[in-house]
Amino acid sequence: MTHLTTFEIFLLLTVLKIAVVLVITLTAVAYTVLLERKVLGRMQNRWGPSRTGPFGLLQPLADGIKLFLKEDMMPLAVERPLFVLAPIIALGCALISISVVPFGAETKYHGVDLFQIANLNIGLLVVLGVTSIGVYGIALSGWSSNNKYSLFGSLRATAQMISYELALGLSLVGVVLRAGSLSLRDIVNSQARHGMLSWNILGGFQIVGFFIYLMAAYAETNRSPFDLPEAESELVAGYHTEYSSMKFAMFFMAEYANMITVACVATLLFFGGANTPFGHIFDGVFATGFIHAVLPIFWFVFKILAFLLLYIWVRATLPRFRYDQLMSFGWKFLLPVAMVNILATAFALAFHP
Amino acid sequence: MQTALFIIFGLAAIAGALNLLFQRHPINSALSLVVVMMSLAVLYWSLGAEFLAAAQVIVYAGAVMVLFVFVVMLLNAGEEVRTHGSRIAYIAGIPGAAAIFCLLSFVFLKNKTALGTTQLGGYLSDTISNITEISHTLFTSLLLPFEATSILILVAILGAVVLARKEL
Repeated sequence: MTHLTTFEIFLLLTVLKIAVVLVITLTAVAYTVLLERKVLGRMQNRWGPSRTGPFGLLQPLADGIKLFLKEDMMPLAVERPLFVLAPIIALGCALISISVVPFGAETKYHGVDLFQIANLNIGLLVVLGVTSIGVYGIALSGWSSNNKYSLFGSLRATAQMISYELALGLSLVGVVLRAGSLSLRDIVNSQARHGMLSWNILGGFQIVGFFIYLMAAYAETNRSPFDLPEAESELVAGYHTEYSSMKFAMFFMAEYANMITVACVATLLFFGGANTPFGHIFDGVFATGFIHAVLPIFWFVFKILAFLLLYIWVRATLPRFRYDQLMSFGWKFLLPVAMVNILATAFALAFHP
Repeated sequence: MQTALFIIFGLAAIAGALNLLFQRHPINSALSLVVVMMSLAVLYWSLGAEFLAAAQVIVYAGAVMVLFVFVVMLLNAGEEVRTHGSRIAYIAGIPGAAAIFCLLSFVFLKNKTALGTTQLGGYLSDTISNITEISHTLFTSLLLPFEATSILILVAILGAVVLARKEL
C-alpha cells in the first residue's frame, strides 16, 4: 500500500466501503422481508414460506427472480418521466441515510474509518433531511400514476410523513442536547462510558423521547399501525397500485430499507450504537485483535434485529388507526410531549451539568 | 475538488431555475425549484455553512416544497396556457431584468471592498462545527430579532388556524 497516496487509499477504501455496505443492506432488506413473513406466519399460527430451500431461506432469491422477470407494465395515462423517477427517489433516499451510520467501533486504517462511510459533523441532520426528501418519491408516484386510489394513498402518506417528521425531529433534540453534537459518532461515544447504564434510554432519561421517536418512526415508514397509505381494504394498494415488476420492487425495498434506517437511528441515539451493554466488565476477555474489532458490529446487528422484530410484532398485533385519529395523535399528543421532553432535558442539563 | 463542486452545483441551480420558468406544468416547475434548493444547499455546504445547508434541505426542500407539490396535486392544476395577452411583459420584461441585473452587479462591484471576499472551498476538511458559533450569535447578540421572528411566526400560525376554522 506504500506506493499509493493518502488520497488514493481514501478513495479506494471509500468505494469499497460503499460497495460492501450497499450489498449488505440490500441482502438485509431481502431477508427482512423473509423474516417478516416467517414471524408473522408463526404469530398467526401458520408456517410462512417454507418450500424454497431449507426453512424457506431461498425465498428472497425466488422473489427477486420473479420480480425481475415480470413484465414491466407502463399504463397509458401515467406521467412517464415522473412515474419512472418516483421509485428511484424513494429507494435512493432510503439507501443514502445508511452512509452516515457508524456500525462499529472507531477503527482507523491509514486515517480512514473502516466502519462508517462518512463521519459528518451534522450526520443526524443529514438523516432527517434525506428522509424528508424521500417524501417526494411517494408523493410523485401517486400523482403521476393518474389513479385516484394512488393519489389518495400518496396524499395520506405525504400528510402523515410531514406531520410526524416534526415529532420525530423534536424527540431527538433531547439526545442532541445531552451529547452536545450532531455527529452520530459523537452521540454514540457519549453513551459509551458505563455500558447499558449510560445509554440515553436508561442513564440519559430519554425514555420519553425514545417512545415518541418509536411511534413517529412507525408513521414515517408507513408501517402498521400507521399504514393508512396502503390500506388495502380502502385503497387497493395505495401509492404503488399502478407499479409492477422492478419499479414495484423498488418501493418495496425502500420501505424495508427505511425500516432498517430507522432501526439504525434508534440504536445509535438511544441504545448506545455499537457499544456493548456490559461496559468495561469483559474488557479483559475480548481485548485482543479481531474479536475486539468485530464484537461491536455484532452488538449493532443484534440491536437492529431486535428493532426489526419489534416492528413485525407490532404489525401482527395492532389494528390500523383511523385517519383523524392518526393526525390528532401526532399533532395533539406526540408533538407537545416531545416539546415538554426538550424543556425538561434542557432544565436538567442546565441545573445538573 | 471543491471548486468543481461549486461549478457543477452552480450550473445545476441555474439550469433548475431556467427549467422552472420554461416548464409548462406546475408540478415540473415545483420539482425544478426543489433542484435549485438542493443545489443551493450543496453550495452553502461547500462554503462551510453545513447547518444552513441542512436547514435548507429540511425546511425548504423537505417541508415547504412538499406543501407546494401537495397543493398542486390536490388542485390537480393543469398545464399552463400560453397567451399573447400581456404586451407589457414582452416590452418591459427583458430590459427590466437586464436593468435590475446591471444595478445589482454595479452595487456589489462598487462595495466590493466593504463586502470583503470569500475563498471558494477549503472549508470541508476542518472538523470544527459551526453550529456552536451560530447558536452563540443567535442567542446573544441577535436575541431580539430572533424572538421577534418567533412571535411573528406564532401570530402567523394563529392566523392560519383562525382562517382554516369552519365556523368563524
